[in-house]
Amino acid sequence: MTVQELPGAAAYRPTPPPAWKPLTDPAPLLPDPEPYRVLGTDAAADADPELLLRLYAELVRGRRYNVQATALTKQGRLAVYPSSTGQEACEIAAAMVLEERDWLFPSYRDTLAAVARGLDPVEALTLLRGDRHTGYDPREHRIAPLCTPLATQLPHAVGLAHAARLKGDDVVALAMVGDGGTSEGDFHEALNFAAVWRAPVVFLVQNNGFAISVPLAKQTAAPSLAHKAVGYGMPGRLVDGNDAAAVHQVLGEAVARARRGEGPTLIEAVTYRMDAHTNADDATRYRGDAEVEAWREHDPIRLLERELTGRGLLDEEGIATVRETAERMAESLREQMNADPVLDPMDLFAHVYEERTGQLREQAEMLRGELAAEHDPPLEENGVEGRR
Amino acid sequence: MSTAAATAGERTGRAKPATMAQALGRALRDAMAADPSVHVLGEDVGTLGGVFRVTDGLAKEFGDDRCTDTPLAEAGILGAAVGMAMYGLRPVVEMQFDAFAYPAFEQLISHVAKMRNRTAGAMPLPITVRVPYGGGIGGVEHHSDSSEAYYMATPGLHVVTPATVDDAYGLLRESIASDDPVVFLEPKRLYWSKADWSPDAPAQVEPIGRAVVRRTGRSATLITYGPSLPVCLEAAEAATAEGWDLEVVDLRSLVPFDDETVAASVRRTGRAVVVHESSGFGGPGGEIAARVTERCFHHLEAPVLRVAGFDIPYPPPMQERHHLPGVDRVLDAVARLQWEADS
Ligand SMILES: Cc1ncc(C[n+]2csc(CCOP(=O)(O)OP(=O)(O)O)c2C)c(N)n1
Repeated sequence: MTVQELPGAAAYRPTPPPAWKPLTDPAPLLPDPEPYRVLGTDAAADADPELLLRLYAELVRGRRYNVQATALTKQGRLAVYPSSTGQEACEIAAAMVLEERDWLFPSYRDTLAAVARGLDPVEALTLLRGDRHTGYDPREHRIAPLCTPLATQLPHAVGLAHAARLKGDDVVALAMVGDGGTSEGDFHEALNFAAVWRAPVVFLVQNNGFAISVPLAKQTAAPSLAHKAVGYGMPGRLVDGNDAAAVHQVLGEAVARARRGEGPTLIEAVTYRMDAHTNADDATRYRGDAEVEAWREHDPIRLLERELTGRGLLDEEGIATVRETAERMAESLREQMNADPVLDPMDLFAHVYEERTGQLREQAEMLRGELAAEHDPPLEENGVEGRR
Repeated sequence: MSTAAATAGERTGRAKPATMAQALGRALRDAMAADPSVHVLGEDVGTLGGVFRVTDGLAKEFGDDRCTDTPLAEAGILGAAVGMAMYGLRPVVEMQFDAFAYPAFEQLISHVAKMRNRTAGAMPLPITVRVPYGGGIGGVEHHSDSSEAYYMATPGLHVVTPATVDDAYGLLRESIASDDPVVFLEPKRLYWSKADWSPDAPAQVEPIGRAVVRRTGRSATLITYGPSLPVCLEAAEAATAEGWDLEVVDLRSLVPFDDETVAASVRRTGRAVVVHESSGFGGPGGEIAARVTERCFHHLEAPVLRVAGFDIPYPPPMQERHHLPGVDRVLDAVARLQWEADS
């Protein structure tokens, strides 16, 4: 049929399309418009006092860690530190809902989540100190390497969770990402895979307002980041990220749901980054003091402290004890970080392949020669020779 | 190829110390002022002025529509730039760090590099992709990659890299004016290197595709580019103590490659060492050494040698000094140019 022979508009009778209905009812997937809160609401009465006290102690310790690590950057002991001050509730509650067999997939900002999961405070910092890319064995702690390329850890979490389920293990993967990271293609592909496979994954977006300098409004036009879940067919949940009890509850429910085989959840925790992006960033270029001050009132430690003291679960003495413990952790961190790490330059060649290629053996010899010329006594006498 | 930089004006302004980062920013500014179709886009390029402050002030001067903070998605940024270029704009894209350009590889290789070819010349894409690259700044993992070999291996892209403040300005103006896509590699450890430079009347620089002899010499040629140029110049000075008079060629442009300048130099000196910090195996040095050998075989007194980074993933900052080729490694290679046929 040529263009001229096409029937005129008058002759055209639309046939009704075949019946269609959505695969999934979107209504139950939609997040509530207000972030979920526990502290300072009626829901707080149901919260387990012991859990609240544990959260409090961890939050105070986490804040102290952030402050100490930031100080270490000023002394040149750390190459860089992306502080999570203000976000401790997300970091810590997230780690605390996981069982030992579960896996954590953190981003570069999530040192605290790794430490709250039990990772040694110094080992957690090697990437940022600059001596090793990952200073711990991910399988030992079930913590993936702190991931720098944004959102790329999310498909890994989906794959791991899927594999665990195929093997019959009731393991859940918790994958953490920032608000900016949700714009990356990997974020979307990970969510889609997870939903289609019903993989036992929980995605936690810490919406801290900024991706370096770029505010959320320039990142997305969605009603909220949690709303993005609906398009993939998983529930989206909004939670007050500074309310540790609420984060713990919402994450706990999502983890339990995943463990029951009911699939992934996307959680957006609304929080705020109190410090600059990293110590190398100048936050005054893109935000004003007033905004930061407003969030100071909603500090996660303050919220919890108010709840606990208000209910008579915590007094001055209790607070002092918690701070004392945190101080000791900071002291030990400071002390260990002030010692120069002992690095073996020959390690550069140790883990490129299972077996060194001829090419790498040659290059290792070359470096060994250079180092021997630099050092007296030569490194060989220090046992370096025996290494792979 | 146009020579926008060459016509940028008489040298009237007073020369003051400027950093390479400032010169790059000035090039963007001047290009935007001269041509309303030039748009800058990327992560944090607006309010913040880029993490290296190269785009500082552009959003203020030209507005958010011409200097745009995009959502955080490299494939999206470059993919959008493809569409913008298809519609007549000249996008200049900033990739925040070398290793974060990888999500955009699909766009770069399948579309940016091929569009002119697949449309039989009907649709060239005048896109400049600025990529801060290389190590030596103590960056943690994913902040120090030398990715030039990947780009060089992709037909359809120009690949350029300045090593001087003047070249930073001139080459960037050239790249933006080019109707072909250019991957513009910025050696981050030279961002803060300074030169006396007048933003009002930048020095004339050679166009894309031409190498420049930065130091003349008679006994061997060091062929290098970007972050390794200062290393080679220092090595050349040090080598005089050993009686070596080294010539140093700054390639400036890896694609197109200036066979003439390089071969002419090696024919004069009879010996050559290629120096770069990206890994040697499958790296740019192999290609360069082969080209030199093909053109200068009868003039060579020794095999063309390579001094490169090790064939390892870029190491953590506390170990990077072992990986990066420094003056000593260059001098060792120069010593090996005393080549005997039976050695
Ligand atoms: C693929 C990729 N692109 C760019 C970067 C550089 N970068 C590091 S952090 C960051 C902002 C991330 O913001 P967000 O996801 O909101 O996390 P936040 O830093 O706020 O925790 C950017 C652009 C990166 N790490 N990876």
